[in-house]
Amino acid sequence: MAEGAKPHAPAIIPGLETFPRLLRHHARVRADRPAIREKEYGIWQTYTWGECYAQVRALACGLAEAGFRRGDRLAIVGDNRPRLYLAVAAAQCLGGIPVLLYQDAIAEEMAYVLQDAEVKMAVVEDQEQVDKLLEILDRLPSLERIFYDDPRGMRHYTLPVLQGLDELLEAGRIHDRNQPHFVDEEIEKGASDDVSVMLYTSGTTGKPKGVCQTHRAFLFAGMGGVQFDRLTDDEEVLSYLPMAWVGDHLFSYAQAYAAGFTINCPESSETVMTDLREIGPTYYFAPPRVFENLRTQVWIRMEDAGRLKQAMFRHFMKVAERCGVQILEGRPVPLLQRLHYALGEILVYGPLRNVLGLSRLRVAYTAGAAIGPDLFRFYRSIGINLKQLYGQTETCAYVCLQPDGEVKLDSVGKPAPGVEVKIADNGEIRVRGPMLLKAYYKRPQDTAEAFDEEGYFMTGDAGFFDEDGHLKIIDRAKDVGRLQDGSMFAPNYIENKLKFFPLIKEAVAFGHDRPYVTAFINIDLEAVGNWAERRGLAYSGYTDLAQQPAVYDLIQQCVEQINEDLSHDPQMSGSQIRRFLILHKELDADDEELTRTRKVRRRFISEKYAVLVEALYAGKDSQYIETAVKYEDGRTGKIAAEVRIRDAKVFPPSPRSHA
Amino acid sequence: MARVIGDVILDLQNISLSFGGVKALTNISFDVREGEIRAIIGPNGAGKSSMLNVINGVYHPQQGRIVFRGQERRRMNPHEAAAQGIARTFQNIALFKGMTVLDNIMTGRNLMMRRNFLWNALYWGPTRREEIAHRRRVEEIIDFLEIQNIRKTPVGRLPYGLQKRVELARALAAEPSLLLLDEPMAGMNVEEKQDMCRFILDVNEQLGTTIVLIEHDMGVVMDISDRVVVLDYGRKIGDGPPDEVRNDPVVIEAYLGGAAH
Repeated sequence: MAEGAKPHAPAIIPGLETFPRLLRHHARVRADRPAIREKEYGIWQTYTWGECYAQVRALACGLAEAGFRRGDRLAIVGDNRPRLYLAVAAAQCLGGIPVLLYQDAIAEEMAYVLQDAEVKMAVVEDQEQVDKLLEILDRLPSLERIFYDDPRGMRHYTLPVLQGLDELLEAGRIHDRNQPHFVDEEIEKGASDDVSVMLYTSGTTGKPKGVCQTHRAFLFAGMGGVQFDRLTDDEEVLSYLPMAWVGDHLFSYAQAYAAGFTINCPESSETVMTDLREIGPTYYFAPPRVFENLRTQVWIRMEDAGRLKQAMFRHFMKVAERCGVQILEGRPVPLLQRLHYALGEILVYGPLRNVLGLSRLRVAYTAGAAIGPDLFRFYRSIGINLKQLYGQTETCAYVCLQPDGEVKLDSVGKPAPGVEVKIADNGEIRVRGPMLLKAYYKRPQDTAEAFDEEGYFMTGDAGFFDEDGHLKIIDRAKDVGRLQDGSMFAPNYIENKLKFFPLIKEAVAFGHDRPYVTAFINIDLEAVGNWAERRGLAYSGYTDLAQQPAVYDLIQQCVEQINEDLSHDPQMSGSQIRRFLILHKELDADDEELTRTRKVRRRFISEKYAVLVEALYAGKDSQYIETAVKYEDGRTGKIAAEVRIRDAKVFPPSPRSHA
Repeated sequence: MARVIGDVILDLQNISLSFGGVKALTNISFDVREGEIRAIIGPNGAGKSSMLNVINGVYHPQQGRIVFRGQERRRMNPHEAAAQGIARTFQNIALFKGMTVLDNIMTGRNLMMRRNFLWNALYWGPTRREEIAHRRRVEEIIDFLEIQNIRKTPVGRLPYGLQKRVELARALAAEPSLLLLDEPMAGMNVEEKQDMCRFILDVNEQLGTTIVLIEHDMGVVMDISDRVVVLDYGRKIGDGPPDEVRNDPVVIEAYLGGAAH
């Protein structure tokens, strides 16, 4: 059931096969157009393509003078800052490989990646990152120099490995003036098969692996996305997701270079929502979590609004639910409903989009995790063209995209232009195309094992094509297990259903080789806290709130609703959740319970909380547990609690009744 | 460390202050050197806040001399102190709760605004340029203290720890050479304290501001200050670098004694 490659595979323009060449091209044809904006001192500052290219040249010269050579690795760590994006291009100019790291990783995690990638130099954002690198410096024999973007707090650092980016740029400018052909010659040496960037997998399974992507792969993915959604150089995007994440590299780098559009760096991670409103992006990418938070905020604010506004909001949300999606997709809608919706557009949807900062939006994407049907419908019904895509680090996040007008809630769309997708006999999704990784760094065996005999990359996800040729994802292929009675157990599927409730932040389902399914639940402190506040329910913190019987009642309703839903699905009716508990602490990446991209590490959790899992299956009503926690400053502490366990109602299997 | 501690800029000699029959301060002398962080510690009611109020010009001591930047001060009002480059924060936050963070910090620039009411009402030409220049400086402080996200939030809606930071921002807006902090970390949690410590050190190192602070958290005081004055019942019972003060038997007896045996 392979889907063949579509005729419109993106074509890379001859002469512009690498990112530095594209940058040079933009600096010629749109020198005065904005390439990067950054909010500094409360004002948006603009860097044009011409300025960016000049800075990249200077950076490249500076790096070369410091001893950076072809094939060397340059680590880049920090929030989305213009000069860090430029450092990516500078390394590429010299034929070096930028290695992007997650800025919130602790020193220990960074040590692993830096050692693995044998990084020669690093460009980091600020003192915080410098401190982390210095902490592990003695274990990084290959690391020769560290350059920092923000000199704040760095005055008393006298180590010779450290240097400010300003000084590096200054030295580079002089070098560029004295040898004006140097950078151009270096750019000419670059080929499209060179590795353009190394991104590390999140390490949901084992240690992170360095994914080597070529210029060709990322340009192909970038061009493909640009053509697919007809993006122009007028687009504005907000670059606020970690630079080390493949999605950001695709949207803020590859596509920005492919189309020549503008990226905007927020002032700080706390101001993203304000910055979003100020920029009003035309093209936006966010994981479901962000869309979820946005909607939760709207709801919380609506609850505080006056009666008239509440009534208006409720009324028009119903109207939107009825016909909003059809109108967005240009399908026929009765005139009266259309007029009703138009009134809602003036009174509710338009202002709401404006408040969210999404007024100018043409296309929005979400990926990385499943998005709740309610959430997805909410955005589409108020006129936001939210779509899903599917991909992974190894495929430049470019495998499937939802075409305009063909958006389904539970699929991730059709194979992207130029990408071949097939389903293996075991249900695994396999893909082939120019966007595939060149190799895992220094791991020939892993690389070989990642491809099947026909050269398809094995994604490890289980899925199938529906009748319209849309790809549906069920779970990680290896996570799909069996209950003792042999029925299918797809933990992710169940967890996602749970997480679609705004009250539930994380969930972990158990059931493989067990008689029935059970679940750990993390409540959303903001949403449940707000709920508790409204009811005058006193609580002292997360642990206390989580163990309140009233909260258990609330969550039980959610669980039973899912059970009811599952009972209608013949394949899943055996997976109803019989027993659940609300965890006494929030799952946290610092405690290694989540990956940095906030995916639950199921095996780790089931080992760490083995007593709780056993208690769930032993039929106990509660279980005492002590858990070590790591605070942000690296200290450790302990949380102890008597965790309650509840039974949930299960429903007899019954086919879905169509209302 | 490349920090430079300079000459004495504030010299307090034999200060005595009483309210009616109550002696708040008795014959206290100590000095503050340029660029240092100087802490005043002591049990409740030891006279710490009174001491700050004396430096600040709120209280006028009955006896003693105050020499600031080589000039002996006569009776001085707080606004004169401010004009000379002394800014402060308060134990109980003294911000305009209904105004935004930005506006609160702007009030710290008040002394530096040259234009009068009429010009401001017109908001034209030089007034406008002046306002923009002040705003830029305020934005630098906002950046420095990392409060960009609450720029437009009314102060009354902020948590306590952040309000303290806003107050520090307002004091910094006056570009003081001497900054008085009255219990900058009172009522904060560990994380907020850490942040505040870092900001105080940053202000001292990067802006070169001399700081006199009152603080109860001994860990903090011993970590960040260069020299410590210890007061007890309005008298000075210790003065010196943290290590020295910590090991001074008189200080241990009088202040730390109760808690630390």
